[in-house]
Amino acid sequence: MEPINKIESVLTPLDKNNVDTDQIISKEFLKRIERTGFGKYLFYHWRFNADGTKNEDFVMNDPRFDGSTILVAHENFGCGSSREHAPWAILDYGFRVVIAPSFADIFYNNCFKNGILPITLSVAEIDEFLRKGKEAPYTLTVSLEDQTVAGEDGSVYDFDIDPYYKKMLLNGWDEISLTFQYEDKISEYEQKHA
Amino acid sequence: MAKTIIEKIWDEHIVYEEKGKPDLLYIDLHLIHEVTSPQAFEGLRLANRKVRRPDLCFATMDHNVPTKNLPVINDPIAKKQITTLAKNCEEFGVQLADMQHPDQGIVHIIGPELGLTQPGKTIVCGDSHTSTHGAFGAIAFGIGTSEVEHVLSTQTLWQGKPKTMEIRVTGKIGFGVTAKDIILAIISKFGIGVGTGHIVEYTGEAIRGLTMEERMTICNMSIEAGAKAGLIGPDETTINYLRGRRYAPQGEEFEAAAERWLALNTDEGATYDQVLEIHADEIEPFVTWGTNPSMGSGISSTIPTTADYVSETDKSALRSAMEYMGLEEGMALTDIEIQHAFIGSCTNARLSDLEAAANIVKGKHVHPTVTAIVVPGSRTVKKQAEDIGLDKIFTDAGFDWRESGCSMCLAMNDDVVPAGERCASTSNRNFEGRQGAGSRTHLVSPSMAAAAALHGHFVDVRKIEATVQI
Ligand code: SF4
Repeated sequence: MEPINKIESVLTPLDKNNVDTDQIISKEFLKRIERTGFGKYLFYHWRFNADGTKNEDFVMNDPRFDGSTILVAHENFGCGSSREHAPWAILDYGFRVVIAPSFADIFYNNCFKNGILPITLSVAEIDEFLRKGKEAPYTLTVSLEDQTVAGEDGSVYDFDIDPYYKKMLLNGWDEISLTFQYEDKISEYEQKHA
Repeated sequence: MAKTIIEKIWDEHIVYEEKGKPDLLYIDLHLIHEVTSPQAFEGLRLANRKVRRPDLCFATMDHNVPTKNLPVINDPIAKKQITTLAKNCEEFGVQLADMQHPDQGIVHIIGPELGLTQPGKTIVCGDSHTSTHGAFGAIAFGIGTSEVEHVLSTQTLWQGKPKTMEIRVTGKIGFGVTAKDIILAIISKFGIGVGTGHIVEYTGEAIRGLTMEERMTICNMSIEAGAKAGLIGPDETTINYLRGRRYAPQGEEFEAAAERWLALNTDEGATYDQVLEIHADEIEPFVTWGTNPSMGSGISSTIPTTADYVSETDKSALRSAMEYMGLEEGMALTDIEIQHAFIGSCTNARLSDLEAAANIVKGKHVHPTVTAIVVPGSRTVKKQAEDIGLDKIFTDAGFDWRESGCSMCLAMNDDVVPAGERCASTSNRNFEGRQGAGSRTHLVSPSMAAAAALHGHFVDVRKIEATVQI
């Protein structure tokens, strides 16, 4: 997993609440056998019209947001099915940070298992980001170390994060690398029970 | 301190513990199938990791495999998942019973059959019905794809200690009542969420009297009661089942193991976080009439009416189930007509299940409006059944006799119940669309499914059995 600390990027303003995992990655794309490659299906039914052409009205099709790594949305992001394909699609598309006033539990935890930083800010702060981000490309600087999000006009906001998860993301540890730190304990167990 | 079997097995498997963190738990057996494993193997490949203990893994193909015209697979996606599993197993050195291997079968049927499933083990699989293996006195539970990868590379999992629950089934079950009816009755009585956060131990006279195959049926559906896992303490029945199985210890080693296994049982005076009780003599052959496994009743009763419920949520759940199922509140269960019968799945596709169904259909014929199939749970079960002529009994009666796999339990292959049609099914889930978009599932025991296939509607199997020479 790629470590995360400072991320500086134009934000992508997704002005929606209750974005569920079905919308993030629709069921017809779940049969792939890889964990990668889901990016092109992210928000598929929003990004593309029924005839397969681009939906020019959808924010992610606006070239000003190309290459953005920070997604900002409203409440209850990631609700619905537990499919791990949802964070896989978000990461594969290129996002590393998702900012919302609240997240669904399973999705929130799945983010950490996949190297995505979910940040919770207040409704007022998010509303402000979305307003500015829609008016003109607006750059945010996220520092996980300091637990801050800074706007390009100098406003700075603090966020909370569980220290265990923070450490995992800062070091780029996935849970497996973390467990590898206990390898001697595992070997010891195996020897004792051989 | 007196401990339950659940705590004994758990504590025995802790590799590392620290306050404020989940326990790092060692996994003794990792079962693998084609649908939930590809991304986990890919994860290993990307991170340049290997499988820590390939000798503790066992893979098979069950969810996608066709049940006729083997080895032709029409669905290209299914085919890709199957060839991918074969490739992954080869690359990582994991033992595989592939589609045409004599050991192939539904993963939860072959584990016990081969003697891989043993008392005291921790067993996981990327599949929620892993709870089946608890029948042997093991802690067995389903996991997600990231966790499959975690187990592959570390042979461990971080797990918070679950709460314990005893479900005691007192007394003896009556004539014509099966293990399937016991577990359906438990879920109907206590609800689909009752086991949430718990590992359940099933106890009581009625449980002790069950064979291993029947115990597996009970533990299989623990997950439908919301439990993380369900288990039954090992006894002579368990030991006798395992003796001589291929992957079980052999000779003197087996006798020593048997002694250890018996000592796992819950100590006198140990306490559970919760205890529930049900009397076996209140259990009838069961039929589900709704869209989750708790929506079921004894065959001699009727579907409830909204007047039977107090809360608006329950009333509206009944209404929407009736709408999806195309049924009326208050209807007699014996008036429900079926178009399909499916005898199969990890709940009820072992030899004794097929025998029970064969006893009902012998010398009779499937109702003209019903399509009926039998899908043995494994190639071994299929062969055993053929050796004693069950296939002939079924085909003479108008059933289709198929190759083993998950089949119509989840309809990922070609075995699908068409929209709006109704199936008497020996599987474990009756969710909307489970057996195909718009399909309507009624969960029953093998003998009840067989009887419904003959009559075209549900019948009380106790009344037919009285007229049959078994
Ligand atoms: S038979 Fe059904 S429940 Fe059992 S493993 Fe297969 S799909 Fe799952």
